[in-house]
Amino acid sequence: MDSNAILTVKNLNVSFDGDHILRDLDFSVSKGDVLAIVGPNGAGKSVLFRTLLGLIPYSGEIEWIKDLKISYVPQKFSIDRELPLSTEEFLKFKKKSMADIVNVLKSVGIGSEHKNDSDHYMKHVKQHVLNQRLGWLSGGQLQRVLIAWALLDDPDVLLFDEPTAGIDVGGEETIYNLLKKLHGERNLTMLLISHDLNIVYKYANNVLCINKEMICYGVPATVLDPTSLAKLYGGEAGFYQHDHHGSR
Amino acid sequence: MLCTTSNGMDNSLILQLMTGSLIGLGAGYVGSFMVLRRMSLVGDALSHVALPGIAISLLININPFFGAFIALFLAILGIWFLEKRTELPSETLVGIFFTLSLALGLLLTPEPELMEALFGNISKITTLDLIITAGLVSVTIIVLRRISEGLMLGIISKELAQAIKIPIHKINFIFLILVAFIVALGLKVAGTLLMGSLVIMPAAAARNTSLSLSQYSRWSTLFGVLSAIGGILAARYFGIEPGPTIVLTAGVIFVLTLFFKHK
Repeated sequence: MDSNAILTVKNLNVSFDGDHILRDLDFSVSKGDVLAIVGPNGAGKSVLFRTLLGLIPYSGEIEWIKDLKISYVPQKFSIDRELPLSTEEFLKFKKKSMADIVNVLKSVGIGSEHKNDSDHYMKHVKQHVLNQRLGWLSGGQLQRVLIAWALLDDPDVLLFDEPTAGIDVGGEETIYNLLKKLHGERNLTMLLISHDLNIVYKYANNVLCINKEMICYGVPATVLDPTSLAKLYGGEAGFYQHDHHGSR
Repeated sequence: MLCTTSNGMDNSLILQLMTGSLIGLGAGYVGSFMVLRRMSLVGDALSHVALPGIAISLLININPFFGAFIALFLAILGIWFLEKRTELPSETLVGIFFTLSLALGLLLTPEPELMEALFGNISKITTLDLIITAGLVSVTIIVLRRISEGLMLGIISKELAQAIKIPIHKINFIFLILVAFIVALGLKVAGTLLMGSLVIMPAAAARNTSLSLSQYSRWSTLFGVLSAIGGILAARYFGIEPGPTIVLTAGVIFVLTLFFKHK
């Protein structure tokens, strides 16, 4: 296999109570890659992440290179507005140092309008983010805080499940630009689950499409052809094939 | 009786207040996480399970604390198992199972001890009870502090917690054992019918007034202690059992905190 590979997956199978969730996956991830994982609902994308993290039993081979720090942002979860937990307390569960927390908040673009005035910045961020209830943050802010959480222990690899679920269209673009920026700055390898194919073309250098089994894998512009898309999203299959026949 | 100032009387009041405060403290702290885990109903009904345990202890002549603790432990094992195996809300099962055990307990408990088991009997509290309570409440607080971050993360997102290698099922189990300790300890003070609400109400009140976890835990324990002290003093004044007055005090505190609710 590729000598740069930091993750090699061979013949990966996952089943729950006899139900095959993932079947015969083979792929690898190199250092610095942005791998997008696409597929319809229930295709097993989140299960794949949890399997890669070692949270689910599997058969086959999952091989991470040694001493790799892996961070994970699970699929968007709602935080109860009533939950008595401040953003600062949440971030401190991961790392206690206030200096590190402030640095990482800056790099995910929280309070960016006050970036240059450090006194003012601290005051602003404390008042509007750190001392607020986590459940009171807006969707976009919460997502940034979750990214900050993931970055706090300086990971080498970031696994990100639907980075923009629940964020409005304008915000989506910003989050992806942020991920792109972080990818460059921190030399991160990223695995992203996404439903948005435009994003895949724009930001990922590799794509893995799964629908319980592997449907395509490679450079997005080459492998995401109508046939594999039809196979991936069963609903559109008839439409594509029909169109195909009609135009010939 | 009421106007005597004999040492015996004062000592027993001090003993009751100390034991009651400790139980209020433990109940407030443990309850804060019960409420966050959406286990209010479980917490409220859980104490009912103790009744058959108490009944059996009385029938075979052992200390009712142990019988109550074993019954609570079994119930908690059941809850833990359900939580671990399914994502289903356990509320219906809890509602059925806990009320059934109350019915069973009512039939089994010898008539003379029934009122005591249902509503507690604080006048029977001894120095030994205070020592046991102090010991177990201290253990509960120390252990709960250590697992509190993991519990909180598990409440926010199970996956987030598991991804940073927090042994979430183990922590949940330890937590539920602590709940069983506190409820079993509190039975003498508030009885099987009402002890559960001493776990839930201070925490519900504290949630109204807190922005952060540290504030929340502090308020919840404080409200627990105040409910116990207020309830015991009121019960003494009116010459009744303190179980109901403790719960009523907690209720008054809850209503007052509604005026301080954030947003």
